[in-house]
Amino acid sequence: MEYKQTRQGYVDALIEMAEELPEMVVLDADVGKATLTLQFAKLFPERFFNCGIQEQNMLCVAAGMSLEGKIPFASTFGVFATCRAGDQLRNGIAYPKANVKVAVTHCGITVGGDGASHQSNEDIAITRSFPNMTILVPGDYEEAKLATKAAARMNGPVYLRLGRDKYPVISELHGSFIIGKSKLLYPGTDITIITTGIMVSEAIKARELLSEEGFSIRVVHMGTIKPIDEVAILKAAKETKGIVTIEEHSIVGGLGEAVAGIVAENHPCPVRRVGMRDIFGESGQAQELLDKFGMRAKNIIEEVKKIL
Amino acid sequence: MVIEGKKELSPANLEDLKNLCKQVRKQIINMVYQASSGHIGGSLGSTELIVTLYNHLMTHHPENPDWDKRDRFVLSKGHCTPVLYAVLANCGYFPKEDLSTFRRPGSHLQGHPYQPKTPGVEATTGSLGIGFSTILGMALTAKNRGQKHYYYVICGDGEIQEGQIWEGAMFANKYKLDNLIAFVDRNYLQTDGNSEDIMPLDPLAPKWESFGWKVYEINGHDIQEIVSTVISAKNSDRPVMIIANTIKGKGVSFMENAFGWHGAVPSKEDADKALKELENGI
Repeated sequence: MEYKQTRQGYVDALIEMAEELPEMVVLDADVGKATLTLQFAKLFPERFFNCGIQEQNMLCVAAGMSLEGKIPFASTFGVFATCRAGDQLRNGIAYPKANVKVAVTHCGITVGGDGASHQSNEDIAITRSFPNMTILVPGDYEEAKLATKAAARMNGPVYLRLGRDKYPVISELHGSFIIGKSKLLYPGTDITIITTGIMVSEAIKARELLSEEGFSIRVVHMGTIKPIDEVAILKAAKETKGIVTIEEHSIVGGLGEAVAGIVAENHPCPVRRVGMRDIFGESGQAQELLDKFGMRAKNIIEEVKKIL
Repeated sequence: MVIEGKKELSPANLEDLKNLCKQVRKQIINMVYQASSGHIGGSLGSTELIVTLYNHLMTHHPENPDWDKRDRFVLSKGHCTPVLYAVLANCGYFPKEDLSTFRRPGSHLQGHPYQPKTPGVEATTGSLGIGFSTILGMALTAKNRGQKHYYYVICGDGEIQEGQIWEGAMFANKYKLDNLIAFVDRNYLQTDGNSEDIMPLDPLAPKWESFGWKVYEINGHDIQEIVSTVISAKNSDRPVMIIANTIKGKGVSFMENAFGWHGAVPSKEDADKALKELENGI
């Protein structure tokens, strides 16, 4: 299996779009080596603004640039964009519908060694609660590229969530990316697994193992968390016996709660959530941490069997 | 019609601006009284600054608020919407009758400035520090495009206790934003009392100078001084901070220098008394 970084997909897309979108600019808060925006800066130095370690100022500077017709991509780590600069994200960008793309990396537990201070497991919950936000959580390198391009082409605030590690390349995610539309990766009639971001590979693995046991498992990938694809969720609620969600994020306020809310209001069915169980992470290798915090195919399978 | 910014201030101009200030102050009292909500003190205190900018110094186009060559103004101390809305309405950005809808459901005149809704409002502010950083992104974009218009912003003195302001102070210096003219409305009063008791700001000018800004200090109620300082500031090759010493509640005897009038609503009696004083002078 091939492994690639979603953050590299983001920056490759920026570089590919640069000529087509001359008003696109990129800002960073002194983590350009990590977000990889320095690769863009090297090619387009006049379109790159290193704001120093000033996430709050950076997000509002980006909003100001958008008011003058620029298409700013502002990058830092997820935890800093949403927690440290949460007010600026809310009042400076979401509320006035600023055409700013907040593209963040180092989200989720797979940040690894840096530990809980840098592992953003709350950012989906925070941004979901802001009106006007579009939230994109691509599942692999290629989908990150597609999502970045889709973000640039829509008018309005976008939160683009990316990881640090190398993640499996999933060919089923490739081809197109439509904001607000999920991807049906596998049909199935017993249980639906709904996944987002880089957990897609674990969801596919869980389906494979369950198929060997004779179960028919549907797999739906949510590349957009907001606006969420309600149609696909309700279809799953009606056509299968229950839903298991998996996300590299807290089960508080994330994909699982979004799905559960829609199902509870419209067509109640069992929903079980796999993710960080209201706990801070810790240092370790990405793969060790996915084991430790229970975000693996085997954890999905356990939840599926609880429903069946 | 484009309102052209002017350099010279004739005695007739000065008289006109003084009369406009008187009118705006009455509008402020009426808006807050009618809405039973709003910030009078800081609005009265920054009236000369905002009136002189919009009605003398800035080139802008009320019928075409998005006109590319306009000078931009951002009210970073966003709570002082009464003065901004009165000035914008008087300029013709929207009907003066709208002022009576201030802070009411369905109105485009929100308690704090909301750019998508209100013609003439350049940036959404209210959470302190946000307007200041936002105008930096605007000014940097225009500077890089070689555009010639100016960017004006007013911060409250309490506002600059926010760390974000000093992030912005560094940023403006890094990019040498010589098209930016900022004011701090220095009235020494914030919600809970005197700024020097709550979180001291003095000596203020050296702070901004050490961050690489060109600093002026003026009487923020002296229209002549506002005009001459801004004209001089346009020659700076650095971002400019004008520390405007003002009296919070200026023009109404019982509101002057009284921090209680930061966000208080006048009774009918207080409002009538204030309007009378504004008409006849204290």
